[in-house]
Amino acid sequence: MSIDMSQFHQVFFEECFEGLEAMESGLLTLDMGDIDSEIINTIFRGAHSIKGGSGTFGFTVVAEYTHIMETLLDEMRDGRRKVTQPAVDVLLGSVDCLREMLTAIQNEQNVNNASVEKHKTALEVVLNGGSVAEEPALPVEQEFTSEEVSFNDAPDVDEEESVELEEQGWKIAFCPYLDLLKTGNDPVRLFRELNELGELTTTVNIQDVPGFYELDPEECNISWDLKVVGDISGDEIREIFNWVEGDCEMEIQPLAKAVKLPPVVKKIDPEPTPVIIPNNPAPKSVEVKPKPVTETKKPDSQDSDNEAAKTTAKASSIRVDTDKIDTLINMVGEVVITQSMLGLVGENFSMDKVGQLKRGLAQLERHTRDLQQSVMNIRMLPISFVFSRFPRLVHDISSKLDKKIVLKLVGENTEVDKAVVELINDPLVHLIRNSLDHGIEMPADRVAAGKPETGTIELKAYHRGGHIVIEIIDDGRGLDKDKLLAKAIEKGLIEENNLLTEKQIFELIFMPGFSTAEQLTDISGRGVGMDVVRRNIQSLGGNIEIISELGKGTTIAIHLPLTLAILDGQSVAVGDETYIVPLVSIIESINITERMLNKVAGKGETFRLRNEYLPVIRMRSIFNVHSGNPTKSKEGVLVVVEGQGELCCLLVDELLGQQQVVIKSLEANYRRVEGVSGATILGDGSVALILDVPGLVRFSIR
Amino acid sequence: MAQEAENKDIDQYHYSRNLDNAVQYLSFALGKEEYGVDILRVQEIRSWEPVSRIPNVPCYEKGVVNLRGSIVPILDLRERFNLSKAEYTPLTVVVVLQTGDSNKTRIMGVVVDSVSDVISVDKTEIQSAPDFGTKVSNEFINGLVSVNERMVMLLDVDKLLKLEELDQDES
Repeated sequence: MSIDMSQFHQVFFEECFEGLEAMESGLLTLDMGDIDSEIINTIFRGAHSIKGGSGTFGFTVVAEYTHIMETLLDEMRDGRRKVTQPAVDVLLGSVDCLREMLTAIQNEQNVNNASVEKHKTALEVVLNGGSVAEEPALPVEQEFTSEEVSFNDAPDVDEEESVELEEQGWKIAFCPYLDLLKTGNDPVRLFRELNELGELTTTVNIQDVPGFYELDPEECNISWDLKVVGDISGDEIREIFNWVEGDCEMEIQPLAKAVKLPPVVKKIDPEPTPVIIPNNPAPKSVEVKPKPVTETKKPDSQDSDNEAAKTTAKASSIRVDTDKIDTLINMVGEVVITQSMLGLVGENFSMDKVGQLKRGLAQLERHTRDLQQSVMNIRMLPISFVFSRFPRLVHDISSKLDKKIVLKLVGENTEVDKAVVELINDPLVHLIRNSLDHGIEMPADRVAAGKPETGTIELKAYHRGGHIVIEIIDDGRGLDKDKLLAKAIEKGLIEENNLLTEKQIFELIFMPGFSTAEQLTDISGRGVGMDVVRRNIQSLGGNIEIISELGKGTTIAIHLPLTLAILDGQSVAVGDETYIVPLVSIIESINITERMLNKVAGKGETFRLRNEYLPVIRMRSIFNVHSGNPTKSKEGVLVVVEGQGELCCLLVDELLGQQQVVIKSLEANYRRVEGVSGATILGDGSVALILDVPGLVRFSIR
Repeated sequence: MAQEAENKDIDQYHYSRNLDNAVQYLSFALGKEEYGVDILRVQEIRSWEPVSRIPNVPCYEKGVVNLRGSIVPILDLRERFNLSKAEYTPLTVVVVLQTGDSNKTRIMGVVVDSVSDVISVDKTEIQSAPDFGTKVSNEFINGLVSVNERMVMLLDVDKLLKLEELDQDES
């Protein structure tokens, strides 16, 4: 019987990528001076699981490669080799290389052998040359390697593990009596059981078998020499042979005695547990835990690493906290109970049951809302899924630029919708690169400016209102307003004598084709980007703002809706049509009459709200609504909304009611429509459009 | 009825003559003209129901409806082809068509006067559309075929349902 291994490939790859990310974040947290053995262990475990897994699935290239890494890590773990920056860099490179290999295999492409060889050589150079400094360490290593020749001469022999396992096992001489079979015992069954304990090798002794004519087929004339390899206790073996006790002669000996050097086993595994059997790699343990991420206090601990490490850019599946599922199941139970209660009421309905019915419906409404909320909760993932990749980015780029930069992550456990997680990554990468490249100055400049040599970039996420706010704060040189202004005038983006507020000046960098970097680098500065960043964020229904002080630093704040699937909406009537205004953007609503609006020649109308003049958008005219009571704007409702920091009033005919609406994409079958962010289906089955408030504000300003 | 029987005969005829070249089209009427769309692109045929208007779009894009939970735009083919407008009655038909490649399919409804028939057409009998004087601009028409002495214009669904993107002139 052969098992189709390919069905496990997906899981294998997922685990590998998780392992790689755990290794990567481990390597990045390694502090040169003070080696935390737990971190090295984490890295080692990652490499070990990948090696084991790839060996099992026959990806020998990966297994061979990982073996070298593992060797190096093993020496670091045992303290026989110092952890040096070059070695860590090589290991980081290897992580990338492994990732490439695995991706290639996953996509059934050919592995790029040249790059693999390059990294392999780099690893071997470190392995062979790097440790010369430590004279005393070497003998140990030699003693160690003498037993397993594989290390330096033939690095591709992936047998370290099986060598150590071969030391453990049992040798059994099994010589059944002639009538063993008559007692109903079948040796084959015994062997099968033995085989389940460990790898079984059988040698058959047939010298006692008589000639064909004397042969009694019911007699057992054969004896066996058995060898079982594996970590098995003698009791387990004896238990199997319990059944045939008295029907045979047998001798059970530990294999190690027969072979050699049992102490080596201990040396290879100085800790009690690290023999990680390939099919039970470390990340698995995380899955079972009820509250993996949110409760972990220590961000560096292995659990959170692994948990964070499952961030592949496009996770097509998500792991859900079992607590969340339990809540969900409870909710469903409640709904079912309410439903059956309502059913009972309906069975023999009479008018005196109206009260009961109403109560039941109210209960159903509450339960449905709860249910909806807990379902939405399942889609929520901690933002660390996105954040976890940035330490590497900062590490790589800062060393490339010769800058000293630390990245601080705050609020990684803030939960956001899965869709947001998937889409926010690229804009964030861009913004962080910008901060690294343009924001933080060279160390010398920083010292000259009286700032600490090491720059700080803080990546912060938190909830505010119905939004999640992500801030990128750097303590770099800040934005130079005059320079921005000059540049914008030079490029003809604005008129020379335009008076702009500080905010408007910062907004300039979001204009297409705007870049102030004096020299372009390959990291950023080609002037494509900020406008794309802003467009991406706007397409998520969010906005972006900049606060900056020259010489002190820049803060870029991104506001995003918590979820993209559902929103609290206010339905408003415009003519015969119904539109939904997202509740989060509404500041207040005011009943007005025509006289309260002030006409501004050529520029439309304004409304004076507490000493502030706000532009008024007549929904009827910008959406060309002609139905209903024609332009009876003597009375109407002004909905004061905020979009992108600007206040503005929408003039509608009537407020209808508040409800949660499920957002449906217009673009799936149609296209983007200006002023509309999506659509939803109302209770009566008709479609209502959801207003895109920032879009409308922009629209009206134009 | 008689015509239907006749069509059937023709279908049979095509079927027996050349299986590989036979393509089936759904034909429908717009005024006096008859059009056909590849039947494999037709998802369903529905009756007209009120739509939710979309602001600031060309008038032939009537609006959107809720089709079992997805938002589907409805185009009026009469207006698209600059034919005279017709009143919508409960008998007005919406043909729901699929467009796009395997990566992304879109669903759209087109309003037509009535659905006539399923016709089987031999590919080799499709004539390319000459530059003729109908009101339909040539770009939508894949070819012409005559069925029972009637001319049927075969429409290219993908071109027909391609909407000019509005968001490009945003900036």
